[in-house]
Amino acid sequence: MTDAILEVQGLSKFFGAVAASDSLTFQVERGCCHALIGPNGAGKSTAIAQITGEVRPDGGSIRFNGREISRWPVHRRARAGLNRSYQITSIFPAFSALDTVALAVLARQPHAFRFWRDARRDERLRRSARSFLDRVGLGDRADVRAGDLAHGEQRQLEVAMVLATNPQLVLLDEPMAGMGRAETQQMLDILRPLKGSLSLLLVEHDMDVVFALADVVTVLVKGRVIASGTPSSIRADADVRRAYLGDGA
Amino acid sequence: MRRRSVVLAAGLALLLAVPPLAAIAGEPFAVTLASRVLIYALAAASLDFIVGYGGMVSFGHAAFLGLGAYTVGIVASHAFDGTAVPLLPFAWHGTDSALIQWPLAMLISALFALVIGALSLRTAGVYFIMITLAFAQMLYHLFLTLPTYGGQDGLNLWRRSEIPGLDLADDVSFYYLTLALLIISLLILKRLVHSRFGMVLRAGKQNEPRLQALGIPTVRYKLLAFVIAGAFGGLAGALTVNHTEFVGPGLLHWTRSGELLVIVILGGLGSLYGSVVGAAVLLILEEVIAGWTEHWMIVLGPFLVLVVLFARRGLYGWLAGREAEGD
Repeated sequence: MTDAILEVQGLSKFFGAVAASDSLTFQVERGCCHALIGPNGAGKSTAIAQITGEVRPDGGSIRFNGREISRWPVHRRARAGLNRSYQITSIFPAFSALDTVALAVLARQPHAFRFWRDARRDERLRRSARSFLDRVGLGDRADVRAGDLAHGEQRQLEVAMVLATNPQLVLLDEPMAGMGRAETQQMLDILRPLKGSLSLLLVEHDMDVVFALADVVTVLVKGRVIASGTPSSIRADADVRRAYLGDGA
Repeated sequence: MRRRSVVLAAGLALLLAVPPLAAIAGEPFAVTLASRVLIYALAAASLDFIVGYGGMVSFGHAAFLGLGAYTVGIVASHAFDGTAVPLLPFAWHGTDSALIQWPLAMLISALFALVIGALSLRTAGVYFIMITLAFAQMLYHLFLTLPTYGGQDGLNLWRRSEIPGLDLADDVSFYYLTLALLIISLLILKRLVHSRFGMVLRAGKQNEPRLQALGIPTVRYKLLAFVIAGAFGGLAGALTVNHTEFVGPGLLHWTRSGELLVIVILGGLGSLYGSVVGAAVLLILEEVIAGWTEHWMIVLGPFLVLVVLFARRGLYGWLAGREAEGD
């Protein structure tokens, strides 16, 4: 028996007649980076949203650490250690970068029903938040409003938020979306050391990124798995080349 | 922080000086008007707590004002008649003591806020506006058709609430007590806004799905904020019934909820102190313009549009400048 942190079994989701997930089955091994790739509309983001609980599947099961979670609300899954970053940057624009991460730090505590002490002067909270900002290279941008950060910095902030929730499995929905070469490289340097200590499920269009990070690649087309294997076997797979990688690959 | 501090200090000095200035000018009615401003400021501040910081646009906040006022009115009427308060498991003949009446008003409003909030917070956006409006109108019609407590004629408060050592029948004492309660309430709400709880509340206004994805069950936080706002609304109601010595169903009418929203927007969303500015400007304008013409809304309407267009953080934001953002 392998050690899977996430097992997706027969997951189905239909929007009218369109299958976003069609008996989708795959598993993520603990400590690995598993990439989901596929053409636009293959159902990658919908798969992520079902795993986090934002979209309710029509059928199938999702097991996280051996427990069936497909009926859990979003916040309960997050607390159990399953967290995500968003393809379209999703932050709290009016908060400073530090406050944004502090929010994620307090999300992992039993509750934030503390009414009196000023959270801005809460040293434990701030120190912890600062360490995560340092990890993604935003240490010197702590007091900048999140909405005023550059696009690439906001993506880094997203990663800092996710890490601050102390996750076991991180779902990365196109972490490199809209980034230039240098920023992509910087993000790779942030993500690469995470492997091992936590597990990653990566959705990404940039094949260089996928092949640089992933241990296992699963290819989706129209909500179905058409191939799954090591990056090199996927690169060699004729079906995948035809269905997706196309001429350039 | 300087400009903001100056504005706040000047405002406080002005509020403290109202009774002596009114006495010098020989206009005792000014104290009554100023008390009304303070009470509306308190009600609006409690609304701002959920609208400005929590993103919950409630169109039924007058319900909590009315519930607080009726609680005091009903308890006092039983004390006056010497009859027992109905629906209680024990015989209680009411009381005139503010120390019981007012916390009770807050409690009743908070309980109703808990029920209304628990049902309304299943929705968001325009549906939340409509459902809070519907609940408030239900309560309005309930009191309208409740003959025991005056029905559409309302209830007179024959004796103002009693506090040992204070004569609330004296308008100046009542004014200063109201001012003290307003300041304490503002400070409490301000503390809440900047606590961990308030941080979650403010984050929920900006991006609720993201907050849930971080693992925070947002509805619980919003509900608690709604209950807190209801309690302070109830306190404003307890003050209002003492101020006018009367409570009628009109206090719960949706136009009253609208007025509170106008005060909040006029003063500046998410500032709390703005509610005081908004209440002062709205009520004084209403008083002044109503002296010239009964169509005072014709003047007030365009004024509101101008404020929304040109002072986007409200009158308080315009007065206190950028520093007000830290509020």
